[in-house]
Amino acid sequence: MAAVAESKGRGAALVMVLYLLFLMLPIYWLLNMSLKTNAEILGTFSLWPKNPTLANYRTILTDPSWYMGYVNSLIYVVMNTVISITVALPAAYAFSRYRFMGDKHLFFWLLTNRMAPAAVFALPFFQLYSSIGLFDTHIAVALAHCLFNVPLAVWILEGFMSGVPREIDETAYIDGYSFPRFFVKIFMPLIASGIGVAAFFCFMFSWVELLLSRTLTSVNAKPIAATMTRTVSASGLDWGVLAAAGMLTIIPGALVIWFVRNYIAKGFALGRV
Amino acid sequence: MDKPVNNRAWLLVLPVLLLVAFSAILPLMTVVNYSVQDTFGGNQFFWAGLDWFEEVIHSDRIRAALGRQILFSAIILAIEIPLGIFVALNMPKKGIWASFCLVLMALPLLIPWNVVGTIWQVFGRVDIGLLGFTLRKLGISYNYVNDAIDAWITVVVMDVWHWTSLVALLCYAGLQSIPDAYYQAARIDQASRWKVFRYIELPKMQGVLLIAVLLRFMDSFMIYTEPFVVTGGGPGNATTFLSIDLVKMAVGQFDLGPAAAFSLIYFLVILLISFVFYTVMTREKEDS
Repeated sequence: MAAVAESKGRGAALVMVLYLLFLMLPIYWLLNMSLKTNAEILGTFSLWPKNPTLANYRTILTDPSWYMGYVNSLIYVVMNTVISITVALPAAYAFSRYRFMGDKHLFFWLLTNRMAPAAVFALPFFQLYSSIGLFDTHIAVALAHCLFNVPLAVWILEGFMSGVPREIDETAYIDGYSFPRFFVKIFMPLIASGIGVAAFFCFMFSWVELLLSRTLTSVNAKPIAATMTRTVSASGLDWGVLAAAGMLTIIPGALVIWFVRNYIAKGFALGRV
Repeated sequence: MDKPVNNRAWLLVLPVLLLVAFSAILPLMTVVNYSVQDTFGGNQFFWAGLDWFEEVIHSDRIRAALGRQILFSAIILAIEIPLGIFVALNMPKKGIWASFCLVLMALPLLIPWNVVGTIWQVFGRVDIGLLGFTLRKLGISYNYVNDAIDAWITVVVMDVWHWTSLVALLCYAGLQSIPDAYYQAARIDQASRWKVFRYIELPKMQGVLLIAVLLRFMDSFMIYTEPFVVTGGGPGNATTFLSIDLVKMAVGQFDLGPAAAFSLIYFLVILLISFVFYTVMTREKEDS
């Protein structure tokens, strides 16, 4: 260990500093721009804002056509997370505890949906949700995102549940617990961290997705990500507001990342690390 | 591990089954439906058999997009996997500094994909972007809007920025599982740094590395939003990858038949890779 620690030393620190610098520079640049006026962005080239202003953020937070984008995104993301976790919990339990007819095929089929390209589903989704009158509603986007989030939640939760010894289930049944009561009172607290991680990943993948949420909405449920693309093409020059809107979309992830930092690898690998 | 056989477990899986069937099988059937029919407007459809599939397979446009896609995925893997391993090896093992690194590294992974595109679109601009401006000052001609090579470099660097941390985090998780005793034994044997890596760290990372390769391959193979925001698939068709081409065809030109056939072929490729992925994932579990 000591030998490795020595060999790490300064060289390793330098590598990490350089890598983190590479990661942070583009984000810093966006922050820098979001605090400038358009005149300053286009007129002078400076590494930090000369006259920092929050005017761009004020524009977004006072204009409903902007801030409703955030509200819409949050609504469908939360809906999706609740639906995904609710249906995934019993299914993950079944996969982790029992063998049943076709279980392996089903588990594989779920995975293929996580891997399916959104582009393949964009048009059929548009037609499906239009024909049942759900076009441009929050629930349509929430349901569409279930395509990849439900399989993700099932896989992650199954990974966490398999770490809980089966003796606990059996003891509870002997003690006279019914299945629903056992599941809610005993089992769910045991895998609380797993539920948290699965919820975080559902939230995240629904938050970062644009293709489906843009295809399925026009006005009432338009996500912030789509509002941003419209601004790029229409006015094209309002860089300050665009940068501020971008910074605001980074915040939700940045706020909760600390709590899941040790599970990030596990979540991305579908609960299999 | 023997799990008891219990077919009533189906009841627990049923909600997931219904939900995913609604959002996956139903739309997929629409695609199958379009792929074998032709329409001249209205709601009139004619049986077209496998014509669309033949057209797609022989289409130069789709072959070109596929070629670009494979090249892109290959470049991405060739850069991100070694770089990710390298970063993981240099990460601090524990303490507040390790947590700090983890959080900063994960940050790009949580940014909405179109904002990733926006960040790099701005960053690379020669008039107001730090990267473009600096390159111009250094006398290097760089313009991702007009020059195909520059557009490619921008899209690749963007993807490296966006996803290398994922590879690094997975490898880091693999490295954490190596007991200190292994390193002590290596020190007693006076093993070189390279030998420690080759015979201790690499074998222990094998599992997570496979997952990393497959995840990065799949996700880069379906990339849409980020290059679309930065280059819009251009200049010309230089950065038009499979998904971008498919959306252009289906939504832009409304060529439903070929687009549907294209979708199904695309989906079959994904299915094949998913199978490899599944085998790897479940084998890992049995080993442990």
